[in-house]
Amino acid sequence: MDGGIDVIEFRSVTKRFADGTVAVDGLDLVVESGKITVFVGPSGCGKTTSLRMINRMIEPTEGTITVDGRDVMAGHPADLRRGIGYVIQQAGLFPHKTIRDNIATVPLLLGWSKPKARARAEELMQTVGLGPEMAGRYPAQLSGGQQQRVGVARALAADPPVLLMDEPFSAVDPVVRESLQDELLRLQGELGKTIVFVTHDIDEAVKLGDKVAVFRTGGHLAQYAEPAELLARPADDFVDGFVGRDRGYRTLGFLSDEVPLGTITPVHVGESATGGWTLVVDEEDKPLGWVTGAGPVAEADVLPGGTLHPVASGSLRSALDAALSSPSGQGVAVDDEGRLAGSISADAVLAALAAAREAA
Amino acid sequence: MSLLFSYLFDAAHWSGPTGIPARIGEHLFYSVLALALGAVVAVPLGALIGHTRRGGFLVVGIANGMRALPELGLLTLLVLLMGIDLLPVTIALAVLAVPPLLAGTYSGVRNVDQGAVDAARGMGMREWQILFKVEIPNALPLILGGLRASALQVIATAAVAAYVSFGGLGRFLIDGLKSLDYSQMAAGAILVALLALAVEGLLALVQRAVVSPGLRGGGRRSPTAEITTPDSSPDSTDTTTATPEPAGATP
Ligand SMILES: Nc1ncnc2c1ncn2[C@@H]1O[C@H](COP(=O)(O)OP(=O)(O)OP(=O)(O)O)[C@@H](O)[C@H]1O
Ligand SMILES: [Mg+2]
Repeated sequence: MDGGIDVIEFRSVTKRFADGTVAVDGLDLVVESGKITVFVGPSGCGKTTSLRMINRMIEPTEGTITVDGRDVMAGHPADLRRGIGYVIQQAGLFPHKTIRDNIATVPLLLGWSKPKARARAEELMQTVGLGPEMAGRYPAQLSGGQQQRVGVARALAADPPVLLMDEPFSAVDPVVRESLQDELLRLQGELGKTIVFVTHDIDEAVKLGDKVAVFRTGGHLAQYAEPAELLARPADDFVDGFVGRDRGYRTLGFLSDEVPLGTITPVHVGESATGGWTLVVDEEDKPLGWVTGAGPVAEADVLPGGTLHPVASGSLRSALDAALSSPSGQGVAVDDEGRLAGSISADAVLAALAAAREAA
Repeated sequence: MSLLFSYLFDAAHWSGPTGIPARIGEHLFYSVLALALGAVVAVPLGALIGHTRRGGFLVVGIANGMRALPELGLLTLLVLLMGIDLLPVTIALAVLAVPPLLAGTYSGVRNVDQGAVDAARGMGMREWQILFKVEIPNALPLILGGLRASALQVIATAAVAAYVSFGGLGRFLIDGLKSLDYSQMAAGAILVALLALAVEGLLALVQRAVVSPGLRGGGRRSPTAEITTPDSSPDSTDTTTATPEPAGATP
């Protein structure tokens, strides 16, 4: 996994099912190692079929697929699969086994001792954010989001270099989905796996993918690019339509910001405001919210502010969000520690956007 | 009333080779033999058909066909063919044991959450591992439900052994009928019913002991888990299986 080798390669892969359906048609694709590659596209376009051909749950009709240089059709499929993590939409947990034993499945298949496999399972529960009190519970006693975490932990148990995920978060509600996505990104930052992730949600694809493969019905690859490229330059009308009308706004998420910060004079609780909108900060200069009007500032008067724009890691999108969501019309930028760094106006963001467009 | 129980409560009938305990022992012996033979045929067949998902029509055909056989006629035929021997008795009773066990095993294995089976295969379990580590443990409530139904049938019918000169509780029925001793016949009928109930209770305990708590109803459940009873359940009282509901409505 030293970034250089291309671990998964599709070469002219076609899958024709017994009933004549061509699910994947002449797919050529190189999945880069250590990255998240997302397969996205409308229902029935062959995403699942392509994914399942990687661990030979489905065998290609024509063409070859190699994982780390080895043809997946060589050897016993079970041996191939033990080296590839697999997470599916319904989680697919074993109802009769405890959470701990569910996670220990692959290590036990690989012949680890029981205590070692269980210790590994408990370690992974922590990694995916499950409390140790869940170890002895059964899947039916968990929420959908918790079950998906177990599914991810189970796939990671034997530390496979490759992880296949088929719509793992699509059955949970949007709030839980967001947090699962964030956690996957955090995990990936630590683990650097080669992940192939299937979704039909373009937002999820753009958020998670280092690279996104857009499939079109009939099993054709419509475009394979980094998310920013996909949003900025859709290859054709199909991709354009699929990424949607608000792609202009999404594109902002990939433009690093060059927005000049304005100065802003905040007050602390107890001090006096001079009138108009005034930003209130705590003793560490972290923004608390806004007050209007003149006079001494009481904690109860503070109105919640909008989203904050992190100067170091933010994008034009977060800058624009901060400007538009602030009750005063002035967005608030913060540094790495969350301390006030300056103000942002929507005009400044738009000017920066125009500059970025010109440069592109 | 007391006449009805007089045979049963006569201490003289509770000892010796023709006493009640000996007859119960014989009755159980024939029943266990028949159940074992039935299970050896039905469980592997049901598991195989359920696992491969091929030949489900066989299950329906075999089960219905065997249910339709007249027991006494079958036993008579087998004895005519094979002579008076334990084997025809065992086979005739095993024929009763097969349909519930076959249907229970088949539907149990077949109804295992396909997500779990897919995950098992995708994680690198071989087919036999999928069957033994995932499908059968999850099918246990239905398999044991089938076993309980089979046991009930076989015990209730094992009295026919006496019809072809074997022992068991059927002796009281046949001998009582011959000598017009209704109290003896009543004793036979009551003992068969009690024995069936006792075995049923015992198997219910076994089921509690061997079925994973993860498959049992009750206990704390998340709002996303629901309890479903597969239609084909031969015994719907204690064979509920929990299936996680994928649609996430967790607030
Ligand atoms: N076993 C099968 N036999 C026949 N056709 C199949 C089979 N599996 C999938 N297909 C067909 O192949 C096509 C691609 O299916 P696939 O499951 O890969 O789509 P998908 O992109 O994952 O869609 P979704 O977003 O709905 O999951 C579909 O038209 C589907 O009906
Ligand atoms: Mg799919």
